[in-house]
Amino acid sequence: MITVEEIKKKIESVIPNSNAEITNERNDGMHFKAVVESSFFNGKSLVEQHRMVYSSLEEELKRNLHSLSIETRET
Amino acid sequence: MDKKIKEQIDNLIKSSKVFMFMKGTPEEPMCGFSAKAVDVFKNGNVKFETFDVYSDEDIRAGIKEYSKWPTIPQIFIDGKFIGGADILVAMAEKGELGKMVK
Repeated sequence: MITVEEIKKKIESVIPNSNAEITNERNDGMHFKAVVESSFFNGKSLVEQHRMVYSSLEEELKRNLHSLSIETRET
Repeated sequence: MDKKIKEQIDNLIKSSKVFMFMKGTPEEPMCGFSAKAVDVFKNGNVKFETFDVYSDEDIRAGIKEYSKWPTIPQIFIDGKFIGGADILVAMAEKGELGKMVK
């Protein structure tokens, strides 16, 4: 099982100047949503932005994170 | 990646202007994200073709490597990788999807 705190910590430690808000609305430890804001996204395509979030969670996505909705914001 | 799998994926993507690799079928999506993407296309009256990754384990693994994208669904327009369900929703909200599929 993975927690919102773990996901937040991982994203923020990998993506420069980022702030990540993670929710697990059903409180099931399965379906997460990440809203990630970073100046590092500025000028990058949505695919590149989402790819950065995915790569920050590469290990988790293989292991214990199976449903993650992503929203990225430039600052 | 395996040449035969890559060729198969190339051909699928080229088979329709809008193509999606998904879990299940448009009639019976097998995951929430695939269902969400189907809804976006239906609501926008966008014609699309799909491939069910559950029907072929090689394609299921291969498509992730092909587009360097770890999740499914994956959407392609005019042979170009567009992203997953979240990006499709964002593009539809901004009106960009409508322009791309014209």
